Amino acid sequence: MLAAAPAPSAAQSKTITLCWAAWDPANALVELSKDFTAKTGIGMKFEFVPWPNFADRMLNELNSKGKLCDLLIGDSQWIGGSAENGHYVKLNDFFSKEGIKMEDFAPATVYAYSTWPKGTPNYWALPAMGDANGWFYRKDWFEKPELKKEFKDKYGFELAPPKTQTELQKIAEFFQGRTVDGQKVYGAAIFTERGSEGITMGATSSLYPFGFKYENTPGKYDMEGAVNSADAVKGLEFYKSLYKCCTPPGYTDSYMGEGLDAFKSGQVAMMMNWFAFMPGMAKDEKVGSKTGFFVNPGEKIAASTLGGQGISVVSYSPNRDEALAYIKWFANPDVQKKWWSLGGYSCHNAVLNDPGFKTSQPFAAQFLEAMGGVQDFWQEPAYASLLQAMQKRLHDYVVADKGTAKEALDGLIKDWTETFKEEGKL
Amino acid sequence: MSKLNEIADRAAGATPPSLAGAMRGLSDRSIAWIFIAPTMILLLAINIFPLIWTIYLSLTNYRANRPNAEIKFVGTEHYEKILTNPDVWAAMQSTAHFVVWTIALQTIIGFALAWLLDRKFRGHGFWTTVILLPMMLSPAVVGNFWKFLYQPQIGLFNYIISFFTGAEPSSFEMLGSVQLAPWAIIIVDTWMWTPYVMLICLAGLRSIPDYIYEAAEIDRASNWRQFWSITIPMCLPFIMLAVLFRGIENFKMFDMVNLLTGGGPGSTTEVASITLKREAFEKWRTGFSSAFAIILFVTVFGLANIYVKALNKVKSR
Repeated sequence: MLAAAPAPSAAQSKTITLCWAAWDPANALVELSKDFTAKTGIGMKFEFVPWPNFADRMLNELNSKGKLCDLLIGDSQWIGGSAENGHYVKLNDFFSKEGIKMEDFAPATVYAYSTWPKGTPNYWALPAMGDANGWFYRKDWFEKPELKKEFKDKYGFELAPPKTQTELQKIAEFFQGRTVDGQKVYGAAIFTERGSEGITMGATSSLYPFGFKYENTPGKYDMEGAVNSADAVKGLEFYKSLYKCCTPPGYTDSYMGEGLDAFKSGQVAMMMNWFAFMPGMAKDEKVGSKTGFFVNPGEKIAASTLGGQGISVVSYSPNRDEALAYIKWFANPDVQKKWWSLGGYSCHNAVLNDPGFKTSQPFAAQFLEAMGGVQDFWQEPAYASLLQAMQKRLHDYVVADKGTAKEALDGLIKDWTETFKEEGKL
Repeated sequence: MSKLNEIADRAAGATPPSLAGAMRGLSDRSIAWIFIAPTMILLLAINIFPLIWTIYLSLTNYRANRPNAEIKFVGTEHYEKILTNPDVWAAMQSTAHFVVWTIALQTIIGFALAWLLDRKFRGHGFWTTVILLPMMLSPAVVGNFWKFLYQPQIGLFNYIISFFTGAEPSSFEMLGSVQLAPWAIIIVDTWMWTPYVMLICLAGLRSIPDYIYEAAEIDRASNWRQFWSITIPMCLPFIMLAVLFRGIENFKMFDMVNLLTGGGPGSTTEVASITLKREAFEKWRTGFSSAFAIILFVTVFGLANIYVKALNKVKSR
């Protein structure tokens, strides 16, 4: 079924298209892929779609069996649906034939980005871009002696990257409405976006550390007491209080882009955002040198919301051999090292276990720490319905002040139960 | 008549004998059918067939993202679920709120503007063009720039309100507040589409013959009396037509709401078309969303028919 990588001479005139989201790491991948073209003679085209439209655009493409993408770096949550509906090529035989071992990649990333059913050795993607939700902060503001003293006097602990969610809120409260360097600033930019996945990705960054679970027993879909546990209710109440106390005005429908704008323009002391943006931020001329990074603080447990994606070969591609050749090339440890150096987040152990990795970038150690405690949303084939239900329940409660946290989570169980019943899983 | 005969003779002479043979013996009715058949086939293909197909899908569990899954007949299950779903009713309420208020405001303001422009003051042509500008813009452009105008920290709208009320500009959020967001959308739609209503009303006002007003003057009818007894009744069919057009359009409103609030905050401004889009293209519940689309279609079609009957009654008076 799967042919070996074509020889450069045979593939001179071929061009393949790689589809992904339009963001900083995509530019790094364009740069990296020049080496692939130089080595194999296969040309590369790219189709990058802005994040808010990425899922709509790409899932439409897959559902209509479109031939636009030969390779797709799709979101981790799509893997169940894409595997079951035949959109992705199963890569087990190819990996065996080419000697690509999943043990060479970080286990959390293999589990999240490659396998379906979850945790089984059925691979539909190669881990391509590790990612988690983390935090950016204004190091220069945190280091101001007068602010440090005032903060310590008020809260009794140092003004430094927080260790818990509670500390995070206190720091955000401290900066909210304060004048720093002659400008009115706010506490934190967090995710509140309604349309795609924003508020779910944001709120789970509080829910997971407080102890939220999707099921009591993994794989049993027994959500009562897990999704709406006392810890989960506390976590959701916390996220709402963080939104109410400490975000800039008008921050009711904001995701990655709005957060970056607020942070770069000096409006907020801290910003929740994906690790993927950290290389770009560290290089930013205006705020790069003033920015620090920290992992999502724990509360009851240490946990971060998983981002990131695997790279898959689209079943409908007429250039399957060339697409597989790209995967083989991309899995090479040397290519993975260059990927990291250009601003991509490699999941390869050769990169992550390198003794110099933690000090290679100002956010590398935090990335490793975050990837050790990541949790992901449902990766079920019905993930879109499950996600939309959560978006609605969370936005209704957090932003629109509808009902209580317990009611929101109870309602979520009702929605999810209905979906799983329709799916024949309950 | 002789000219017509001459043209017919020339056409007959130019008809190839084989075609003339085939046509000979066909009735006028058959020939008429041959002429309208292409249009009818096109209409059936792009209107009637999709409608029938949608009705069929609404009775199944089909999902467009599961091409390989077995399609099961579920009867009226989707219809029952929709009609008993509180979220769907909330969306219908939001739609009704939006439709009623936009139509009321656009009709009142549109008619008032038309009445003023009908006075034919100096420069009225220029002002007519200026007033018509908003409706010439794309809804995508309008949605995006009003989003900036409503921005609490830098938005011009908040600063204008602040100037008149003394309130802090960032103290209220037009798009982020549950109370204000529905009105924010109504304001934008009214701004954009009042000129359209005005244009139709202006046509109505200009269709009233001057001699009716002159007769009223001779009868010493006051301006107020003329307005209520001549202007309004004679303009009513036009106003009703404008209400019909705007009603149908706003019942289906999607683009502006999607751009301004995306249905939020929460589900406050989630009108029926946004719910439909989410079910059809985000959750991929094709069968369910087909049933919802049919319900919306029947609602609009039913209301529009009742309305057209009322319009015909007014016109026949």
